[in-house]
Amino acid sequence: MSILVTGETRVLVQNITGDEGRFHTKQMLLYGTKVVAGTAPGHGGEDVEGVPVFESVAEAVSATGADAALSFVPARFSADAIVEAADNLIPLIVCLSEGIPALDMVKVCAHVKAKGCRLIGPNCPGLMVPGECKIGILPGNIFMPGPVGIVSRSGTLTYEIAAALTKLGVGQSACVGIGGDPIIGTTFIDILAMLQADPQTEAIALIGEIGGSDEEEAAVFIAENVTKPVAAFVAGRTAPPDRRMGHAGAIVTGGRGTAADKMAAFESAGVTVCETTDETAAMIADMLRRKAAAR
Amino acid sequence: MKTYEYQAREILKGYGIPFPEAQVASSPEEAESIARGSGGSVVVKAQALVGGRGKAGGVKKAADPAAAREAAAGILGMTLKGRAVRRVLVAQTVPVVREYYVGAVLDRSAKAVTLMASAVGGMDIEEVARTSPEAIVRVSADPLLGLSDYQTRDLARGVGLSGTQARAFRAIVAALFKVFVEKDCTLLEVNPLALTESGGFMALDSKLVVDDNALFRQPVLAAVEDSESEEEPEEIEARKVGASYIALEGNVGCLVNGAGLAMATMDVIKLFGGEPANFLDIGGGAHVDQVRAALRILLHDPLVRAVLVNIFGGITRCDVVAQAVVDAIAAGEVTVPVVARLVGTNAAEGRAIIEKADVYLAATMTEAAVKVVELADLRSAGPDGTASTGEGRP
Repeated sequence: MSILVTGETRVLVQNITGDEGRFHTKQMLLYGTKVVAGTAPGHGGEDVEGVPVFESVAEAVSATGADAALSFVPARFSADAIVEAADNLIPLIVCLSEGIPALDMVKVCAHVKAKGCRLIGPNCPGLMVPGECKIGILPGNIFMPGPVGIVSRSGTLTYEIAAALTKLGVGQSACVGIGGDPIIGTTFIDILAMLQADPQTEAIALIGEIGGSDEEEAAVFIAENVTKPVAAFVAGRTAPPDRRMGHAGAIVTGGRGTAADKMAAFESAGVTVCETTDETAAMIADMLRRKAAAR
Repeated sequence: MKTYEYQAREILKGYGIPFPEAQVASSPEEAESIARGSGGSVVVKAQALVGGRGKAGGVKKAADPAAAREAAAGILGMTLKGRAVRRVLVAQTVPVVREYYVGAVLDRSAKAVTLMASAVGGMDIEEVARTSPEAIVRVSADPLLGLSDYQTRDLARGVGLSGTQARAFRAIVAALFKVFVEKDCTLLEVNPLALTESGGFMALDSKLVVDDNALFRQPVLAAVEDSESEEEPEEIEARKVGASYIALEGNVGCLVNGAGLAMATMDVIKLFGGEPANFLDIGGGAHVDQVRAALRILLHDPLVRAVLVNIFGGITRCDVVAQAVVDAIAAGEVTVPVVARLVGTNAAEGRAIIEKADVYLAATMTEAAVKVVELADLRSAGPDGTASTGEGRP
C-alpha cells in the first residue's frame, strides 16, 4: 500500500527540455519512476532520455495516459502550468516552483479543487513512496521502504529526517513535501488523514516551521483522528519576528505563528516534540521498537 | 514588502478612500510650515515600518505650528526598534465620533482573501482579536468570484451600521478589496477608520504589505522598494545572487541550503549554547560564484568568529559548495575557522574537495554545531582565556 502514488503512476514532466527538467527526468527514471511523457512548446516530437516530448498537456495525456504531472516551469509561468494540468484532469499535480504570487495560488487552488484534482506544493521538493515512485527532486538514495510516513513544509528537513531514519535502519512508507508557501494545495491535515488510513504506515514524522497556523490545525486533527504515534520537529525557534525566513510562508507576524505556539499545540495533542531532526528520527525508531515489543 | 503609511495612503486615496489632508516632512521647519498651511491642529506621525509607534511616542498631537515643529523635532531622529525615523506625516486632525477597523488579509487556512471589520477599532485591535474575537466580523471572498455585494452588506451590518453610513462603509470595504487584488497585497488595513462629526468616514491610518513574489508585476511598488528599503545592504546583495540573508546578533556564521534547514541550523547552534550570526539560505542549485558571494556576505559581519557550512544536497551539489569554500579560503577571504557538514548530492566529491583545505569536516549536524560553537567561543575568548562579553550588534 502507499499514498498518492504507486509504482504504476504515469508521470508527465512539464518543461522537460530545460536543464532541470532533463536532469531530474533522468534521476526519476533511474529511481524507477514511470516517466511517460514530457511537454515543451516548440519541442514536440523530440525525446528526453527516451521520453517522448509533446507540444501540450492535452496531447501528452491522450498519447500516454499520464496520471501525474510535475512541472519545471519558471515561477512566473507555474500557475498556468498547473491550470493546464488541471484542465486535462490529471489527478495529481506537483509544483516545485518557488516565487509564485500568492493571489495567483488562491485562484489556482480553487480551480484545481473544482476540477477534482490534487495539487502538491508549490515551493516543495515533491513526494515519493520509497522503492516505488519518486516525483520531484528528492535525492532517492537517502530513502528506503519501511513504516514511517513523513510530511514536511521544508524540503531539506525532509531529507534530514529521511536520511537519519535510513541510517537507523528505519524505512519510510511515504514522504510528502507540502511546500513552504502561504497558499498550498495540500496541507498537513490532508496527508495525515492519508497516512492514518495507510496500512503500511506505523508512525509519522511531521516537520513544521514558523508562520501561519497549519501546525496548530494539524495538532487538533491529530488529537481527534490520528491513532498512530507522531513525532514533530518545528524549525525557526530562534527566528526573529516580522522577518521572512526564506520561505514566503515562514514569518512570525503580530506575535502569531511562533515555534513555541506550534510546539505547545503538538504537545497538548500528544505528539512527541523533538529538539533536532536527528532526535526526531531517533524518537520514531524508539516508538516503533516499543510498538513491536508490545505486539 | 511593507510600505510606509504615507505610501499606503496615496495608493488608497487613488481608489477613493477618504483621508484627512496631510503632507510628509523631513525637518521640523517643514512640519511647522505644513501645520501653518493646514490652519488648525495637526497630528505628527513617525513614518516607520514597525508596529507600535504610537505606544513608543512616535505619534504626537500639536495644537499650533510651533507645537508641530517641536513634535517633529522630537520624533525625527528617534529610533523605533533600531531604525532611525527620517520622515513624519503631518496630518490635519478630525473630530472623531467612533473608531472602526477594517482590514483584508491573505488567509492561509481559507485559501482566500478574508475581510475583517470591527466597531472597536484603534490601537488595541490585536488585543480585541485575542480577547473578544466575536467583536470582529469576517467574510472570505470567493477565490474566483471575488467579494460579493452581500458580503459587504454583512460586514456593515456586523459592525452595527445602517443607512447612508452603511453605504459609505461598504464602498470603502469594496475599494479595499480592489486595492488588495490589484496591488498584490498580503495585508491591507485601515485602522482606525473614523466616523467623524460630519457623519462621514475618514481613514486615519493604513497599513499595506505587498507580496514579495508579485513585485515583478508591481513596477511602481518595486521602485518604492529600491529607493525606500530599510533592508540592510547585505540582504539586498544576497537577493541579487539568489540567496536569502538576514543578519542576527550572534557570532556563528551559517551557510546553508534550504530555508527550513537554515532555520534548523540556527536553532541547533542555539541549542548547543551558541548564537547564530545570520540566517542564510543559498537557494536551490547555487553555482560556485553564487555560493562564494553568499560566503562573502556573511563574512562581512565583523562579529562572525566561526562559520558553519551545513549542506544537505538535493538540487544543490555538495562539490559546488565545497569548491566555493575552498576557493574563498585560498583567496584569503576567510580568516575564521570553518566547520562543514556535507550530505546528499555529490557529498563524497564535496568532502574530497574540502578535505584539502583547513576545514573541520563533521559527520552530523549535531557534531558540526557542537564544534562550531566551541571554535567561536575560543575565538571570542580574551587573552586571559575568559570569554569576552558584550557580544552583540552595536
